[in-house]
Amino acid sequence: MSPADTLRFAGRAAFAYPLRTALMVLAMAIGVAAVVVLTALGDGARRYVIGEFASLGANLVIVLPGRNETGGVNAGSFITNTPRDLTLADASALLRAPLVSRIAPLSVGNSEIAVGGRLRETMVLGTTADYLAVRHLALAEGRFLPQESLGHASAVAVIGGTLKRELFGNEAAVGRMIRVGDTRLRVVGVMAASGQGLGFNTDELVIVPVATAQAMFNTNTLFRIMVEVRGRDALAAAQRQMEDILRSRREGELDVTLITQDAVLGTFDRILGALTLAVAGIAAISLAVAGILVMNVMLVAVTQRTGEIGLLKALGATGGDIRRAFLVEAALLSLAGALAGYGLGQLGAWGIRLAYPVLPAWPPDWAVAAGLGTALLTGLLFGVLPARRAARLDPVQALAKR
Amino acid sequence: MAQIELAGIDRSFTVGDSRVHALSALSLAIEAGEYVAIMGPSGSGKSTLLNLLGLLDRPDAGHYRLEGRDVTTLSADEQAAVRRSRIGFVFQSFHLVPRLSAAENIALPLTLAGIAPAERERRVARALRDFGLEERARHRPDELSGGQRQRVAIARATIMQPALLLADEPTGNLDRHTGEEVTQLLEALNAAGTTLIVVTHDPAMGRRARRQLMMEDGKLKSDSARQSSRAERPPPAPEPLG
Repeated sequence: MSPADTLRFAGRAAFAYPLRTALMVLAMAIGVAAVVVLTALGDGARRYVIGEFASLGANLVIVLPGRNETGGVNAGSFITNTPRDLTLADASALLRAPLVSRIAPLSVGNSEIAVGGRLRETMVLGTTADYLAVRHLALAEGRFLPQESLGHASAVAVIGGTLKRELFGNEAAVGRMIRVGDTRLRVVGVMAASGQGLGFNTDELVIVPVATAQAMFNTNTLFRIMVEVRGRDALAAAQRQMEDILRSRREGELDVTLITQDAVLGTFDRILGALTLAVAGIAAISLAVAGILVMNVMLVAVTQRTGEIGLLKALGATGGDIRRAFLVEAALLSLAGALAGYGLGQLGAWGIRLAYPVLPAWPPDWAVAAGLGTALLTGLLFGVLPARRAARLDPVQALAKR
Repeated sequence: MAQIELAGIDRSFTVGDSRVHALSALSLAIEAGEYVAIMGPSGSGKSTLLNLLGLLDRPDAGHYRLEGRDVTTLSADEQAAVRRSRIGFVFQSFHLVPRLSAAENIALPLTLAGIAPAERERRVARALRDFGLEERARHRPDELSGGQRQRVAIARATIMQPALLLADEPTGNLDRHTGEEVTQLLEALNAAGTTLIVVTHDPAMGRRARRQLMMEDGKLKSDSARQSSRAERPPPAPEPLG
């Protein structure tokens, strides 16, 4: 039998039992659609997180106090466990590194903000004028913190958009006085809405000069220092310069951790990539189930068409002819299911993108290829056994069945 | 040399835990163009004999020479090729593929033989004309009458112009009138030179054959060719069909 005739014969057979074929195709489609939608979701989450971090800027180094070690516990770790704090002096020392262009020390705490009679709990971020440039943020109105020396505790504040709306409503906020904890501050600006980023929601933040925040929380330590480096290529060199400076300030011991965006991105990329893979694996189980269904359906088809198989043998069909016809039928069912599932999956991903516009839920190419490939492969693989059974049928007994 | 030569054929089946000898030590020769009826009670081995002649079954012992060639030693695929080109089957229950139209059913052996679609169409069209099925070409088997179905089956069995036509109770599922039509059709094919071997219960149909084989317990009980007393009757002239 020529390949074209085999294909036509198998196609006719598939269409001869519409309900069976439809159910079979549906099962396969659900499996493929699950792979497409779930990987779109996983990969969308990965891209979303990476996008968030990419907005930090590629030439950013974050300095945090304490050594990030994974060496386990030893005798030494009990003695030199307490790291030195990061201070404003460290921050201004970093600015001396030739490759560092800007720094933004961060001091963070929780406090109450009060305007007139209204009171609410809020997060206070102490930093400098350069924070705006380092984080690529924008103002909605007014000015940001003034350029001044790190130790200068001027009584000004910049508030987030949500806070402005809750505390002032439609009134102008710039120029008004607010009370944060026990300190009275003048509002000089309102942040533009930017949403979530790096754990801070700037919409609900009160930003004050770093010295003001330190006085407010009665501390002289810093939470982080954000350092902007001159150009992305200079990142490694700048990191070395900064390490040298900090080490010399700490009696030769480097008890701080420097994180670059690339490192953070790499970590998240790996974590979320693994997550996507795991989700794809779970979805692949449904493909395996669909494959078993193909086998079941084809075994039933062989039983149903025993007489026909006997006839074909009597008419001179070889075992190979019959095996190919059944295998092609299984492959056709799988192919139809895979294509339907692909369409369904893309539709689902489109629905997700429509419902959550921030999530770039595009199925990755590798997942689509793997889903379609697995569907075809399982279809063929699970089609082999029924096809062989059909080919091996004894024609005399097969013909005896009506 | 006879077209069919069977020598010392044995065939037994295991039913439960006992062996049943469907055929034992059977020897038989059939010339090309003969018209043979195989008769006998149920379980006498006549269907097994037909299956063996059609290469659907293999003997446990003995040799089957078809047109001078020992076909018992052929591989399954080689036997399939012989069935495809030399043997046509007609069944009691027609065995038409239900999802295919009459024309497609007739074309099936040509498809299996890998004959080009254009040639296929030409030969199917001629067969449909010859068997008076032109009006029913696009109908599926469930839209055809019993007689039409068997005519489709005979058209299919002869489309490859086989040398040997095997019919297992070809009229068993048909009423008397339709059965008569189908029998005449088969006899016309025989008159045109095809060897016709019919398995039948029906003594009337058996008598029409020029040679009768009576089977009993897997053995040939009588063979009319060896009884010279019987005068050979000419086959009845086929009536035009359609």
